[in-house]
Amino acid sequence: MGDTKTRTPARRARTRAAQPEPETLVAYYRQMLLIRRFEERAARAYTEAKIGGYCHLNLGEEATVTGLMAALEPRDYLFTNYREHGYALARGIEARRVMAELYGRSTGVSKGWGGSMHMFDLESRMLGGYGIVGGQLPLATGAALAVNYKGGDEVVMCQMGDGTTNIGAFHESLNMAALWDLPIVFVVINNGLGMGTTVEASSAEPELYRRAAAYRMEGARVDGTDVVAVREAAHAAVERARSESKPFLLETTSPRLRGHSVVDPARYRTAEEKEALKAADPLAHFGLVLEETGVLDAEARAKLDAEVKAEVDDAAAFADDSPHPDVSTLFDYTYATPVRGESRRLPADPVF
Amino acid sequence: MATMTYRQALRDTLRDEMLRDENVFVMGEEIGVFEGSYKITEGLLKEFGPKRVRDTPIAEEGFVGAAIGAAMLGLRPVVEIMTINFSLLALDQIVNHAAKIYGMFGGQCSVPMVIRTPGGGGQQLGATHSQNVELFYSFIPGLKVLAPSTPAEASSMLRAAIRDDDPVLFLENLALYNTRGEVPDDLEPAEIGRAAVTRPGADVTIVAYSRMAHVAVEAAEKLATDGISAEIVDLRSLRPLDRETIVESVRRTGCAVVAEDDWLTYGIGAEIAATIQEGAFDHLDAPVRRVAMAEVPLPYSKPLELAALPSAESLVTAVRDTVRATGR
Repeated sequence: MGDTKTRTPARRARTRAAQPEPETLVAYYRQMLLIRRFEERAARAYTEAKIGGYCHLNLGEEATVTGLMAALEPRDYLFTNYREHGYALARGIEARRVMAELYGRSTGVSKGWGGSMHMFDLESRMLGGYGIVGGQLPLATGAALAVNYKGGDEVVMCQMGDGTTNIGAFHESLNMAALWDLPIVFVVINNGLGMGTTVEASSAEPELYRRAAAYRMEGARVDGTDVVAVREAAHAAVERARSESKPFLLETTSPRLRGHSVVDPARYRTAEEKEALKAADPLAHFGLVLEETGVLDAEARAKLDAEVKAEVDDAAAFADDSPHPDVSTLFDYTYATPVRGESRRLPADPVF
Repeated sequence: MATMTYRQALRDTLRDEMLRDENVFVMGEEIGVFEGSYKITEGLLKEFGPKRVRDTPIAEEGFVGAAIGAAMLGLRPVVEIMTINFSLLALDQIVNHAAKIYGMFGGQCSVPMVIRTPGGGGQQLGATHSQNVELFYSFIPGLKVLAPSTPAEASSMLRAAIRDDDPVLFLENLALYNTRGEVPDDLEPAEIGRAAVTRPGADVTIVAYSRMAHVAVEAAEKLATDGISAEIVDLRSLRPLDRETIVESVRRTGCAVVAEDDWLTYGIGAEIAATIQEGAFDHLDAPVRRVAMAEVPLPYSKPLELAALPSAESLVTAVRDTVRATGR
C-alpha cells in the first residue's frame, strides 16, 4: 500500500476503505495496461514520423493516472499538463480518438488542432491538456470558481508536474483556491525530474505537498506506483472538496520509466537508476500482486494483454486511415463569434 | 439621451449587463470595497454582492486565468486590470490561453470574457505605468481588441464585448475617463470590427484611436483655420482592423497621417501605413507619416514627459508637412 504521509484525509480513508473487489482491481490493471501499450505504440509511431511535435508519455505513471481518474465522477472536471494521453484514455475517451489526435487527424479528440499536448473533450469533461507549464492552474481554479458560482457539486482536478510548483501561477492559484474555498484538488505528479533537473535541484522544499501549508490548505503525499493507494488518497480529497468545498494538494511519487519525451534518451540517469526503475515498474509489480493474491493469473494477464494490444493496433490503424483536416477549415476556429474584417488570407495572398 | 462621462458610461453599462445576465460578473483588484482604482465599479458591490463583484489578490496571471477558466464553464467574466501595464503579468494567460483555447481544441470551447484596462501616459506616472502596449494584444489572432474614444462608444462597445463569445481586450484610457459626451438611451451593442469616419474632410486622412482620436479632432480644428480639411478615421477596433474604411478614406484624400499613443517602431501605425500602401498605392500623393510617442521609457519629469508624448501641435505639424509634400 501507499506511503501516505502527514495530516491527511487520505490516511483516514485508507483505514476506512475496504480492499477493492477483484473485478475493480482487474479493471485497474487493464486500464494501466492500456496506457502502457498505447504509449509504447505512440513512441513507435513517433519514430515512424506518424506523430509530430513533442510527445510526452505516461510510461511508468500508469498507476497514478488510473488511480486518480478512478477517484473522479463523470461530472467532475479535469485539467492536465501536456503529459496527458493516459488521462484521456482513463477518462473514457476512445483510444482511436486519442491516437488520431496524435496523428493530427480530423477524427482526433481535438480534431487535429491540438496534438499530443492539447487533448480536450467536452463530453468527458477533460478540459484540456496544456503545453505551458503552470498554464492550467489558473484555468482550473476559475473552473472551480464557476462551479461554486453556479451552485454545482462538481469537483475540479488539476494535474501538474513537479516542476510546476516553482512557477508563479502555482502560488497565485493555490492562494486563490484556498482564499475562496474552491472545490479543487491540485495533483502534483512528482516523477523526480523536471526534464533533467531533479526536484532537489529546483525546489527549496522538495517535499512538494508541504507547500499547501503556505495556504492553510491540506496536503498529502502518496506512493504513485500503487494504484489503490492513489485512488484512495485522491477519492478522499475529491469527496472532501465536494462536500466541504475545500481545495487540496495531493502529491504522488511517480517515477517515469523513460525520458522527458520520446526523443529524450535520459542520459542524466545512471545505468543503475535505469535498472532500478525497471525493477520497480508499477505495472509489472501490480501484475505480480494480482497473481499472488489469486485475482489474475498469468494466463488471464496474457489474454488481457492481447486484448489491449488489439485495441491499440486498431487505434493506430484508425488514426492512419483517418483524414487530415481539410485546408478549407483553416479559419474555422479563430473566433467563436466571427466578425467583420477578420483576416482569412493565406501567406501569399494580398491584403486587398 | 443623456450627457455623461466616459467613466459613467462604462459603469452604467456594466450594471445594465449584470442586471440582464446573471452569468456576467466582475473581478479584479480593488474593484469591490474600494470601488475601483478609477471608480468604474462604484456602487456595484453594494448592489450585486461579493459573488458578482469579486475582489482579487494582486495576482494578475492568477485572476485573469481564473476568469478564463470560469468563461470556459459558461460564465461571462469582466476582468478589470488596473492599468494595461499590469496586463504584462498576465500575458501568458491572455496570449497562450484566452486566445488559444477555442482554436487549439478544435472549436469545442469558447472563452466569452472581457478584460477592461486603461492605457495612457501624461499623468507623471513614470516609465512602468505609462505604456500603451495594446499592440501586443492586437497582434494575436483569437483576441479582439476594442478601443472606444467616446462615452457612447464605451457603452455600446462594452455591451458588444460582454455579449461576444470571444476574449475581448477592452482598451480604456486614463485621460478619457472624465471626458463627457451624449449617450443615447437603449443603445444597441456596437458592431465589433468597424471603424468610423468621425469627421469628414477632403485633403488628408488622420487615422487615430482612443485618446488620439480626441487629439485628432483638436488638430483638425486648428488645421481648418489654415484651410486644410482633415478627415478623421477613428479605428475603434484594433483587432479585427477595418482596413476598408481606412483605405476608402485615403483613396479620396490622397494622403494620410497616423496618430498613435504607442511607440512608432513596429507600432499600430506601422500596420496602418502598410495597409494604406497596399490598398491605396495609386492614390497616394505623399508618404504616410506617423505621429507617435518618442522612443524612450517615459520619464517622470513633466517637461520631458510632455516632449515625449504626441500632441495636437505635433499632429498639426506632421499633417501640414504631409499636405505640403503632395505638391498640391
